[in-house]
Amino acid sequence: MAPAYESTAQRATRYALWVYVALVLTFLMAPIIVIVPLSLSAGSFLYFPLPGLSLRWYVDFFTSDLWLPALKNSLIVGTGATLIATTLGTLAAFGFWRARFAGRRLLFALLLSPLVVPVIIVAVGVYFAFAPLGLTDGFVGLTLTHAALGAPFVLVTVLSTLSGFDRNLLDAAANLGAPPLLAFRRVALPIVFPGIFSGALFAFATSFDEVVVALLLTGPGQRTLPLQMFNGINQEISLTITAAGTLLVALACLLLLTAEGLRRRAARLHG
Amino acid sequence: MIAPLFVFLLLSFIGPIGALLSKSVVDTDLAPILPRVCAAIGRWDGHDVPDEATFAALIEDIRAASAAGTLARAATRLNYDVSGYRTLLFGTARHLPVTLETSARDTLRGIDEKWGEGETWGAIARASGPTTSIFLLAALDLRREPTGAIVSAPKDEVIFVRLLERTFTIAAGVTLLCLVLGYPLAYALAQAPARFANILLVFVLLPFWTSLLVRTSAWIVMLQREGVVNSALAQLGLIDAPLPLMFNRFAVFVAMTHVLLPFVVLPLYAVMKTIPAVHTRAALSLGATPAVAFWRVYAPQTLPGVGAGVLMVFIQALGYYITPALVGGPDDQMLSYFVSFYASKTINWGMAAALSLVLLVATMALYYLYDRLVGIDRMRMG
Repeated sequence: MAPAYESTAQRATRYALWVYVALVLTFLMAPIIVIVPLSLSAGSFLYFPLPGLSLRWYVDFFTSDLWLPALKNSLIVGTGATLIATTLGTLAAFGFWRARFAGRRLLFALLLSPLVVPVIIVAVGVYFAFAPLGLTDGFVGLTLTHAALGAPFVLVTVLSTLSGFDRNLLDAAANLGAPPLLAFRRVALPIVFPGIFSGALFAFATSFDEVVVALLLTGPGQRTLPLQMFNGINQEISLTITAAGTLLVALACLLLLTAEGLRRRAARLHG
Repeated sequence: MIAPLFVFLLLSFIGPIGALLSKSVVDTDLAPILPRVCAAIGRWDGHDVPDEATFAALIEDIRAASAAGTLARAATRLNYDVSGYRTLLFGTARHLPVTLETSARDTLRGIDEKWGEGETWGAIARASGPTTSIFLLAALDLRREPTGAIVSAPKDEVIFVRLLERTFTIAAGVTLLCLVLGYPLAYALAQAPARFANILLVFVLLPFWTSLLVRTSAWIVMLQREGVVNSALAQLGLIDAPLPLMFNRFAVFVAMTHVLLPFVVLPLYAVMKTIPAVHTRAALSLGATPAVAFWRVYAPQTLPGVGAGVLMVFIQALGYYITPALVGGPDDQMLSYFVSFYASKTINWGMAAALSLVLLVATMALYYLYDRLVGIDRMRMG
């Protein structure tokens, strides 16, 4: 990266670039750098230096009657939404992969539109439509809406793994006597699995971090983790929020590692 | 195999949004409550005031609605259009004599002079259904006179055009910041050895996967009056009084740029990695200065990445709600905030729907542009 013929001016530019990059990366990491140590504070102030270290805010998180139920609710909604989104998204991806038809591009754009439509419009629309059906204060309405927001991720990731999939493989399996479902399960599924799984991760992360729809579509009994954080931030930030935040950063590390692992696996399978 | 997802989205996404948007033009609240006057007002040409029969119809309607207890809903709807209508309607209902001693017109004008003004009757005409343009026009700070002419709202009542400008200004500012911060970062990552770049990429991807609310709360912890930044600056002796970093435009720019930065870095990095280093070297050996080689040979090849990143950030920034709501002040709220405000605080569905339509049209236009320039099948999420 440092060619021998570099002039002084070029070297200065390169150093300036890396200083700038270091600053941008610090900006990107700043929230995480700040929130993780604060969650371990023995005091209750939101600035440094810490008066001492303790796990009291984690104890608070796990013993309060607000945070754990919220976590449980988020897991229920997230799991349900991910299952629906993954099933429907994967099916649709196979449909788009196989078929060429008029209006394919338009339909594709329509099915991906949940990725770009402002969430508040979705939330208000769904609230308005679901209210007469009694779906605005239970898990059903929220789960369905989160599934709609997550399905496009699955569609995109599965379709992109399929783009490298040789359809002759399925024909070969059929020629060797495999019924379609068996051929799908034993030949296609292992190859597109990384796509399905990483799509599911995105769908889950979307639901697990969604607050706008949750604000409108839940009653007091379905308060989710993001909603609990939102309320906490709106009132007064306690250090319990930083503890919850740190746990969510740990979850982000897990999601990131899994997603990267899957990407490498998919890249390897594509050769 | 596409059908299940299509049907699912139709019921849980497209249908509800369509129903919401229809609320911006469908207007059937008033007609069932004040049926006679809504039917009679169709005869009015918008000049002066309507005929005696229409006045009489209104009196009958107000009596019936008061008895049925539905007058409040009518008052709410008319109040959206002309403020003070609620008082007018209830005052009129209270003062209506049991039997009319003069003409219906004189009776009403005797109770309140406003019944002699065209504007008062215009509100009924505009609400008589089944469709209306007042919400859509209001979302653009326009209004329709009783005669049908469309005029712009008085200068001191211009709200939504300014809101639209603000929304676009914030989105454009955030997009520019993302590009200014993200381009050099992506460039450096693309130039660095793969192993090193992969480590640095974690610094981009980890915030990307971290909950938006965690990041927003962290910025509040940092920027508030007694926060990390102010206390650090004070301890270093750089400031005497805390800087106002929170609940203003600055905080909105910082927090939104932080959330959206990966959306420009990742596509840029993907494009830059495919640009062969020999191109720049060839330009240099042909006598170009490094600056010329960069601007004339390297930068043009990164344009697809710039387009993808910039459009994606701009589209997402336009619809932002939570971040400005938590870290911004009253003058930093964007369109989405007012959609939510009208839907849940004032329960004015027509206005919520009209603002949604404006926001959705802008978003869809940019989405179309994205598909044309980048191709949605190449949309990358991390």
